[in-house]
Amino acid sequence: MAKVELRDVWKKFGNVEVIKGVSIDLDDGEFVVLVGPSGCGKSTLLNLIAGLETLTSGEIRIGDTLVNDVPPKDRNIAMVFQSYALYPTKTVEENITFGMQTRGVDRAVQDKALADVSQLLHIEQLLDRKPGQLSGGQRQRVAMGRALVRNPDVFLFDEPLSNLDAKLRIEMRTEVKKLHLRLGKTIVYVTHDQIEAMTLASRIAVMDNGHVRQFGTPEEIYENPVDLFVAGFMGSPSMNIVKGKVVNEDGYAIAVTDEEGTIRFPLGPEQAAKVKGLEGEEIHLGLRPETITHVGAHGAPQSDLFVFERAVDVVEPTGPDTMLVFTLGGMEAIARVRPEERVKPGETFRFEVNMGKAKLFDGKTGMRL
Amino acid sequence: MNARSRRVAFDRFFERWLPQIVVSPMFAASLLFVYGFIAWTVYISFTKSGVMPNYTLIGLGQYERLWTTPRWFVAIENLFIFTSLFMICCMLIGLFLAILLDQRIRAEGMIRTIYLYPMALSFIVTGTAWKWILNPTLGIEKIIQGWGFPNFNFDWLVDPNMAIYTIVIAGVWQSSGYVMALFLAGLRSVDDEIIKAAAIDGAGPFRTYWSIILPIVRPVFFSAFVVLAHLAIKSFDLVMALTGGGPGYATDMPATFMYSFAFQRSELGTAAASAVMMLVTVTAIFIPYLYSELRRPAK
Amino acid sequence: MSKTATSGIVRPRGLRNTLLRLLLFAILGLFCLYYLMPLFVMISTSLKSLEEIRTSSLISLPKDVTFAAWEKAWSAACVGVRCTGLQPYFMNSILMVIPAVTISTLLGALNGYALTKWKFPGADIIFALMLFGSFIPFQVVLLPMARMLGYFGLAGSVYGLILVHTVYGLSFTTLFFRNFFVSVSDGIVHAAKIDGAGFFRIFFTLLLPMSLPTIVVAVIWQFTQIWNDFLFGVAFTVGDSNPVTVALNNIVASSTGVKEYNVDMAAAIIAALPTLLVYIVAGKYFVRGLAAGAVKG
Repeated sequence: MAKVELRDVWKKFGNVEVIKGVSIDLDDGEFVVLVGPSGCGKSTLLNLIAGLETLTSGEIRIGDTLVNDVPPKDRNIAMVFQSYALYPTKTVEENITFGMQTRGVDRAVQDKALADVSQLLHIEQLLDRKPGQLSGGQRQRVAMGRALVRNPDVFLFDEPLSNLDAKLRIEMRTEVKKLHLRLGKTIVYVTHDQIEAMTLASRIAVMDNGHVRQFGTPEEIYENPVDLFVAGFMGSPSMNIVKGKVVNEDGYAIAVTDEEGTIRFPLGPEQAAKVKGLEGEEIHLGLRPETITHVGAHGAPQSDLFVFERAVDVVEPTGPDTMLVFTLGGMEAIARVRPEERVKPGETFRFEVNMGKAKLFDGKTGMRL
Repeated sequence: MNARSRRVAFDRFFERWLPQIVVSPMFAASLLFVYGFIAWTVYISFTKSGVMPNYTLIGLGQYERLWTTPRWFVAIENLFIFTSLFMICCMLIGLFLAILLDQRIRAEGMIRTIYLYPMALSFIVTGTAWKWILNPTLGIEKIIQGWGFPNFNFDWLVDPNMAIYTIVIAGVWQSSGYVMALFLAGLRSVDDEIIKAAAIDGAGPFRTYWSIILPIVRPVFFSAFVVLAHLAIKSFDLVMALTGGGPGYATDMPATFMYSFAFQRSELGTAAASAVMMLVTVTAIFIPYLYSELRRPAK
Repeated sequence: MSKTATSGIVRPRGLRNTLLRLLLFAILGLFCLYYLMPLFVMISTSLKSLEEIRTSSLISLPKDVTFAAWEKAWSAACVGVRCTGLQPYFMNSILMVIPAVTISTLLGALNGYALTKWKFPGADIIFALMLFGSFIPFQVVLLPMARMLGYFGLAGSVYGLILVHTVYGLSFTTLFFRNFFVSVSDGIVHAAKIDGAGFFRIFFTLLLPMSLPTIVVAVIWQFTQIWNDFLFGVAFTVGDSNPVTVALNNIVASSTGVKEYNVDMAAAIIAALPTLLVYIVAGKYFVRGLAAGAVKG
C-alpha cells in the first residue's frame, strides 16, 4: 500500500513558520496536486514528504511506515525536480542508472530497466549524450526516466513543467497524465499553475501561507470553494468578487452599489436561506466570468437568470470567446461572451448572469456561506 | 570653415578619440615597463654584461653558463621539489577543508576567517614566524623533547638536505586557506537540486562528492593549479625570510638565484638569463589560462 | 532532536552519524589551531623576556609579560648600524602605499571604463596586453627598472617605489574594474550620452559611484600587495628608504650579537598589523579580491 499520511505537520526555518499544521491523507494511486501562490509552502511540503527536509513536528507516513527519521533513499520515493537536476558530468545512461549502481543492483537488471524506461519515454537515441546537449523537453524526460527506474511507491514532482515553453508544457502535461494511468502509482505534484492542477489531479490541495485551505476533487474545489482565497485562486480568469449588501425587499438580493448605480442580484431560495438574518450586512458575491454572459446563452432554468446592463470598458477577443471588462461594485469584472457579440468600448451591454452558480462569502471571514 | 565650426569639429574629434587618449598613456607605460623591460632583459641575457650592461651580443653564452652552474641546478631542483609538494599539499588540504566546511557548520564564517588570514600576511612575516617555530634548539624540537622524546631532532632549517621542506611547510600554511576558499566557492555553486537528487538515488556523502560534485568543480582544480604554480615559481620573499637561500645555497630558488647574481654578485648577464628562464616557465603555464580567461566576458 | 539536524536532508540518526559529526568538529578545530598557532607563538614570544624564552617552551604562555621587546622593535632595534627600530621604515611604507594605491586604483578604474564602455578597435587586445603585466615574474623587469630609476635619480628612494608599485599595480586594478564594468549594462552609458554627458562626466558622476564595492576590493587588494611586497623593496631601496618588510627581514637576519627572538617577533607583528587589521575589518572584500585576482600571488 502506498498511501501517504500527513499528521499535524509543522516546519520552521529558524523562527519562520513555513508549514503550519498540515494534516491530509493521500490514497494509494491518487494523483494529488499541491497548488498555491509562490511562498505558500508547497515545495517545502513536498520536500518534507521526500525527506529532503527534516520535520519540526508532526508525523509523515508512507505506506504504513512512520518515515520522520527515514532518509530519502529508504522511503521508496522518486522525485522529478523543477530544474531536472541531472548530473551534468554524466551521460543520460549514467544518470538513469546511477541510483541502481549505488544500490548494487545486478547489471542485467539495470540494463533491462534502462531499456524499458528509454523505450517508454522515447529517449533511446539520447543515452550517450550529456545533459548539456539535450533540449528542455528531452532533459525532462530523462529526469522522469531516472525517477521511473527506481520503481517507487510514490512519485514526487516539483513544478516539472515550469521551465518548458507553453506548447511543450501542454504536450508533457498529457504525457504525465498518461504515465499515471499506465503505472497507477501515487503521485504528489507541485505546481503554481492552477490549470495544470485542474487537468491532472484526482484531488487538489490548495495551499496558502503554510496551510492547506481546501483538499478535494477539482469539481469540489471549483464549484464549492471553501473560502475567498480558494475561489479567487482557482479559475482563469479568476472569479469576480464584489462587495454587496444583503437586502430583503421583495425577496433576498445582494445590492452592489457603485458610481453607475445599484444592481440588485436576486438570490434563489437556497442562497436566500444562507443570508437570512444578515440584512444590512456586507458580504462578498462571487461570480465566475463564464456565468456572466450574453442574453440567451444559459441553458439554466429561467428563475436563476438575471439580466443587467453595464458599460463595457475593454473588449478582449481570445478566439473561442470574447472577454468583456466592465465595472461592478467599483471593481473590474470580467464576463465571457460569444465572439459574435459586437460591442465597442464605452457601449452598454446587456449581461445575463446565472445566479444559481453565484457564491456567497462572509464579509469578514471570507468563508463560504 | 569659420572659427566656430572649426571649434566644433575639434571638439568632436577630441571627444571621439578621448577614450584612446585616456588609455594611451597607461598603455604606453605598460608597453614600456612590461614589454620594453622584458625586451631589454632578454637582450642583456645574450650579452656579456657584468657589473655594467655591455651591449655586444654574444649569443647563448650566458645560458650555457647558467646551465653549467651547479647552483642553478640546485635552484631548479628546489623549484621542482617545492612546487610539486606545495601544490599537492595545498590542494589536498584546501579541498579537504572546503568539503568539511561545506557541511553546514554554524561557525563557518569565523572558521573561514581563521583559515584564510595567513594570506593577508607578508611572506616575510610568515617566514619570520616559521623560522622561529622551526628553530633547531628552541622551537618544535624543544617542545617534543619536553613531551618525553629526548632524542627528537628537528634541525631541518639548518640541514642542507631538508631545509627546502621547511619552506614547503611555511608556504602551505600560508596558502592552503586560499585554495580552500576557491574550492568552497566552487562547491557552493553546485545546484542544490542535484545534491537532493543524489540523496534520493541513495548516494551517501562520500559517493556524492566523489561521483557527482567533484567532477562538476573540475575547473576549480585547474584555477587552483595555475594560481599555486604561479605563487611557487615566484617564491622569493618566503625563501629570503626563512632561510636566506641557505644553508649555503641549499634552498636557492630561481628567484633568489637571480637576485643574488643581479644585486650581490653583479653579473647582470647571467642574472638576466635566469630571469628569462623564469619568464618562459611562467608563460608556458599561463598562455592557456589567459586564453580561457579572456574568452569569458567577466567573472 | 539533535541541534545540528534542524534543516537539510534527513540523515539516519544514530551513533555513527553523531560520532562523524563530532569528528568533523574535531578536525575543523584542529586546523584552527594549526592556522592560529604561529600567530599565538609570535604574540606570546614577543611578550617574553629573553631569559624566559631560553627556558620555557615555544607554546607556553609568558609568565612575566613584558613589552620591552615591542618598544625595542619599534624604536631601538638595529639594522646594521642604524638603531632606530621599525618606526621610520613603517612610515616609509605608509608614504609609499597611500599614493600608489590611490593612483593605481583611480587609473585602473579609468582604464577599465574606457576599455569596456567606449569600444574602440583594439580595446580587447590592449586589455590583454596590459593584463599580461600581472602575470610576469617581476625578476624579468628588475634590472632595467633599477637602471631607469638610477637614471632618473629615483634609485634608493621611496618615490621610486611609488612609481614601481603604481605601474605594476595598474594591470591588476584594470582587471578588476574591467570585469566589473563589463557587467554594467551599456544602456546606462547610452542613456547618459543621449542626455548629453561626455566621457569624464559619465565616469565621475555615474560609473565611479556605482563601482564602490569594486573600488573597495581594489584598494584592499592593492594595499595588501604593496604593503607586503618585499622584492621591489629590497631591489630598489637602500637603507633609509627601505619599506617595513625589508627592514623586518634585516632585523631578523642580522647575525651580530645575541638573537633577540622576542624583538624579532614583535617586529614581525608590527609589520603585519596593517594588512591583518584590514583583513579582519573588511575580510569579505579581501576574499572577493582573491577570487577576482586569482592569478597573482
